[in-house]
Amino acid sequence: MVSARTPAEERAWRAAATVMDPEVPVLTIEDLGVLREVREEAGTIVATITPTYSGCPAMDLISVQVEVALRDAGFQDVKVKRVLSPAWTTDWLSEEGRQKLRTYGIAPPAGAAGRGALFGEPAVACPHCGSTHTTKVSEFGSTACKALYRCESCREPFDYFKCH
Amino acid sequence: MTTLTLTAPSPHLAFLLRLADDNLILGHRLSEWTGHAPMLEEDIALANIALDHIGAARSLYDRAAELHGEGLTEDDYAYRRDARGYLNCLLVERPNGDFAHTIVRQLLYSAFALPYWAVLTASTDATIAAIAAKSEKEARYHVRHSGDWFLRLGDGTDESRTRTEAALAALWPYTGELFEVDATLEPLIAEGVAADPRSVHAVWQQTIDQALAATGLTVPEVPFMQTGGRTGYHTEHLGFILADLQFMQRAYPGATW
Ligand SMILES: [Zn+2]
Repeated sequence: MVSARTPAEERAWRAAATVMDPEVPVLTIEDLGVLREVREEAGTIVATITPTYSGCPAMDLISVQVEVALRDAGFQDVKVKRVLSPAWTTDWLSEEGRQKLRTYGIAPPAGAAGRGALFGEPAVACPHCGSTHTTKVSEFGSTACKALYRCESCREPFDYFKCH
Repeated sequence: MTTLTLTAPSPHLAFLLRLADDNLILGHRLSEWTGHAPMLEEDIALANIALDHIGAARSLYDRAAELHGEGLTEDDYAYRRDARGYLNCLLVERPNGDFAHTIVRQLLYSAFALPYWAVLTASTDATIAAIAAKSEKEARYHVRHSGDWFLRLGDGTDESRTRTEAALAALWPYTGELFEVDATLEPLIAEGVAADPRSVHAVWQQTIDQALAATGLTVPEVPFMQTGGRTGYHTEHLGFILADLQFMQRAYPGATW
């Protein structure tokens, strides 16, 4: 059973939730779904985070920043715990997060994550002009979670946040 | 810092190390392309795939250390074992060669890893199951990436096709080992900790056939399959990888920064 957060836990959650993803600096770790839970366990505030990708180099920084945010909010005993299960999915990206991505120039994931076709592409809309006349340039963009696309309508290159 | 020698590791520990070593060594190989790939996008792609593999290896070493006790950490497995203590399959230690070799090696391995991670999501070891769920998603992109390139190279110019064909012929003898089951694996499969790699052979074959069909290339004829990595008998290449990987910890034991 998941019980409701206590007022202290709620305050701690809100503090931890202000941490921005270092690689997509318009999204908070709450928008991304990286922040899973904040609980008080025997006087210690335990924040649970999950990596987007196994080798995500941002996780160390996020851990430190969560710890700092909690201390800044006045919590003395804090701990950041990493979990792998359930595995992070782009389905956890909030609608607000998706809109923030578009505004920032990154196309949000098209459709739901799943064990779909191995080859073949979803229709990805250009975050600049909205055209779906786009071409994948590379399966991997500036970070593991993004692919590199080019819009054939407005000719702008853009990052696509892959379904995962 | 002395060499870490595992005398008769439990099957559970050996299985974790086999999986972790596959991922560490393949990740390391891919990282050797950083700054050298044929184009910037590929440089970034290969580095990202390397990170996925190394990330999976770290989680698996963590689990191994937890099982092992004795205060070991992930670093002890990576930095303190000699080649004889590494249990990766031989395929992943094959040199990068030309770009075709790297792509073919990746396709052959990832086409296996994808369905194997999928069945491991049902492992009775909850940590293995969690790592598998994460890695399965990543392996899907690795297959797509190497599959796309396999098609472009295999169905490209005469030069790229010749190189792809040569890579396939050179690496095919290392694919048999992926599906081997031995006395270490048997009891774990029975317990549900490990999955039987033979159960994903048909899916692997199907992925490879699909990739081959698109290029018109065929499965090379090989007289026999290479083996040995799972019990620590490696090709000469692993020693060079470890010399590179372990230099700092061997020269300055316990160094941190
Ligand atoms: Zn556009």
